[in-house]
Amino acid sequence: MNLTLKIWRQKDSSSKGQMVDYKVTDISEHMSFLEMMDVLNEQLVNSGEEPVAFDHDCREGICGMCSMYINGEAHGPDRGVTTCQLHMRMFKDGDTITIEPFRAAAFPVIKDLVVDRTSFERIQQAGGFISVNTSGNTQDANSIPISKHAADEAMDAATCIGCGACVATCKNSSAMLFVGAKVSQYALLPQGQIEATDRVLNMVAQMDAEGFGNCTNTGACEVECPKGISLDNIARMNRELMKASI
Amino acid sequence: MALDSKVPKGPIKDKWTDYKNHIDLVNPANKRNIDIIVVGTGLAGGSASATLAELGYNVKAFAYQDSPRRAHSIAAQGGINAAKNYQGDGDSFYRLFYDTVKGGDYRSREANVYRLAEVSANIIDQCVAQGVPFARDYGGLLDNRSFGGVLVSRTFYAKGQTGQQLLLGAYSAMNRQIARGKIEMFNRHEMLDVVKIDGKARGIIARNLITGEIERHSAHAVVIASGGYGNVYFLSTNAMGSNATAAWKIHKKGAYFANPCYTQIHPTCIPRSGDYQSKLTLMSESLRNDGRIWVPKKMEDVLAIREGRKKPTDLSEDERDYYLERRYPAFGNLVPRDVASRAAKERCDAGYGVNATGEAVYLDFKSAIERYGKEQAKLHHLTNPSNKEIYDLGKAIVEAKYGNLFQMYEKIIDQNPYETPMMIYPATHYTMGGIWVDYNLMTTVDGLYCIGEANFSDHGANRLGASALMQGLADGYFVLPYTIGDYLSNDIRTGKISTETKEFEEAENEVKERINFFINNKGKYSVDYYHKKLGKIMWDKCGMARNAKGLQEAMVEIKALREDFWKNVTVPGTANEMNPELEKAGRVADFLELGELFAKDALDRNESCGGHFREESVELDGLQKGEAKRNDKDYAYVAAWEYKGEPSEAVLHKEELEFNDIELKQRSYK
Repeated sequence: MNLTLKIWRQKDSSSKGQMVDYKVTDISEHMSFLEMMDVLNEQLVNSGEEPVAFDHDCREGICGMCSMYINGEAHGPDRGVTTCQLHMRMFKDGDTITIEPFRAAAFPVIKDLVVDRTSFERIQQAGGFISVNTSGNTQDANSIPISKHAADEAMDAATCIGCGACVATCKNSSAMLFVGAKVSQYALLPQGQIEATDRVLNMVAQMDAEGFGNCTNTGACEVECPKGISLDNIARMNRELMKASI
Repeated sequence: MALDSKVPKGPIKDKWTDYKNHIDLVNPANKRNIDIIVVGTGLAGGSASATLAELGYNVKAFAYQDSPRRAHSIAAQGGINAAKNYQGDGDSFYRLFYDTVKGGDYRSREANVYRLAEVSANIIDQCVAQGVPFARDYGGLLDNRSFGGVLVSRTFYAKGQTGQQLLLGAYSAMNRQIARGKIEMFNRHEMLDVVKIDGKARGIIARNLITGEIERHSAHAVVIASGGYGNVYFLSTNAMGSNATAAWKIHKKGAYFANPCYTQIHPTCIPRSGDYQSKLTLMSESLRNDGRIWVPKKMEDVLAIREGRKKPTDLSEDERDYYLERRYPAFGNLVPRDVASRAAKERCDAGYGVNATGEAVYLDFKSAIERYGKEQAKLHHLTNPSNKEIYDLGKAIVEAKYGNLFQMYEKIIDQNPYETPMMIYPATHYTMGGIWVDYNLMTTVDGLYCIGEANFSDHGANRLGASALMQGLADGYFVLPYTIGDYLSNDIRTGKISTETKEFEEAENEVKERINFFINNKGKYSVDYYHKKLGKIMWDKCGMARNAKGLQEAMVEIKALREDFWKNVTVPGTANEMNPELEKAGRVADFLELGELFAKDALDRNESCGGHFREESVELDGLQKGEAKRNDKDYAYVAAWEYKGEPSEAVLHKEELEFNDIELKQRSYK
């Protein structure tokens, strides 16, 4: 298929950006979206132009690096996938595709489609851990049974890949789904109880300090989340926060 | 230099304990004055950074991604081995040790592997304490699964995302130390050289990938944890950015490179679909626990399927060739990876591949869905359940076990693997070869360590499933923190290492020169053009099966390609900005050297072992006819290569392998 691409080009964080049109031809429907971008970049390099910078790494939907806002949706029109897992069979010959970076005040653009998500790092550093030394001298792994249900729910929360689609999608640029997922994982496990109060208070405070917006329960984040992280995690975080605050 | 593995004396069971009891320690106050650089923050580098920082050292950690959580360890799916014997099926340290040495085709160092088996149990305890949500059974205890090449269930898992959860565990431990200021994290930085002062590793030169700035960083010791070199094949299951640059740079500065030809071609990957393909996707080996691998028995069925006249589900049981079950009745679909990969290649080379490219076999879950369905029907007290009820109940179990993998497959191939068998084909996945290290995980350069996939130590010629995560975390959490202390105890009076020295200046200039070359060359071809060409040579001539003629040709072709690269490569943009093409250029330049050493090593090893199958070395008769033939008399050594300018001139140093606790045997999975 032949496509027109409208892509956000921005030289660096201090330059002004703009949308630029490109054409690509003979795109196979079996290609992934990023392979289509590879074709465009090879074309640009061969004609002496600068290729489009974009974040990507594992290309199997788990590292959370890729982050494109495609036709007005984080990770594009398919559900339950990251940009790297989006396939060109979702598009038709002759389509015009708009490609932008994930936009949020807390995710400044570094170049073209690459954004700075280190605000997520700082939220994790504020409390996204259990304070246990890695000496190996802990108790036996089976000494505290954990119900399968709780373990599975914790796993569902822990599935978050930290890509930031929730933030990019939210009209308030809220990071509640991301933070809720991490708070939930630990809240559901006995190992996480000891520090539960400090954890939720510190992580939420850091989230606010980074300039993420508030949650107004539109649920858009859950729809666009490539890993299906549930809104229940936000509710659980709010409960934890309430518990910690009184 | 003669290789000294520094394996402690004494019985294998006591070596590690005795070692720990007798090493020199650094007192807590002195640790505060010692800096350690860790390059790479996957399972090995992440766990090492966290532990070293907890002990009190000042750690500087480097990752090319925007967060340690994105390292490619995250993509490991299946699980992590540990000799816990929770299932009571006869597991022990010795058995894990034995399976790993045997699975590695007797080309690993016994003492290292025993230590790995010993600390494996600690890993699970540690990870549970960190909040890693491993799968559990209904009683609340940890669940296990079995993995290829072993007869016990010792693999712990978190759905099909075990690597992700373990990495997030190590990442959380890192975050705790970053918050305390004990780890200084350098995201989006790439190490471009190591700096040696008086023969000791004392720092690195790194490029800030956002600004392009070249930075000097000093430390009392440098740890390389930068993963494997599978991307030398261009197509592999590695991440796009996975590279050998850190490992190759230290090789050029004196660290020997061991067994580069040992590559794991993983049997269960999604087949290639076209020339535009940028990477291959692994489907966890755990699928082989429940999936049965087959191709049609009759060529006419193969053709009918390829042309779309028949569907795989149209074929009856006796029209299918379950070739692993046929050839290896004892292990069946659970033979080790190297065996399963070669068997798939054998069938496809014979013309039985089931997709358009002729490079795919089926992995079928129909029997598993039925088996689980019947079991569930009993549990649910259903009398005379319908086929539909059995299917639905069975499907639910398969979904719970492998749901995310099935979903991933469907997204890529656009077929529903619950209804039609998956198509799979082998792909490059892991490199057992790597930087040579002694028992202390130190390279042949003082103060320079190498851990995780980047070193060569524990997997011999073939890695068993669920062993990579185990090794990465063992090295980082439990081994390196002891061994590095013994070395650093001599450095407590050294004081801060200055970066204002001629050694740093020279290394920095070299790095800058190379970058300027790329930017100014303005050649004809893109970096990917060369990378794809290299990948093709590697796959065709240094792939699943190798012979002397092909390897000699590969060496010549890679050298010619490298010379062409240095004349005609083009890199757009400038040095002082984010420039992904420039990053790739540096990495491919290194692969173009490593590839040649790889072929040279494969040529030297005129035996078949593990991931290295030499066509000249097969069993000619008996039960094992056609299987790989190892040659313990002449090749029971680690091939450690010393850099001498050109890869073709590398000098071979042999570390003879001694097996005192395991008898060398032909691996038989029949």
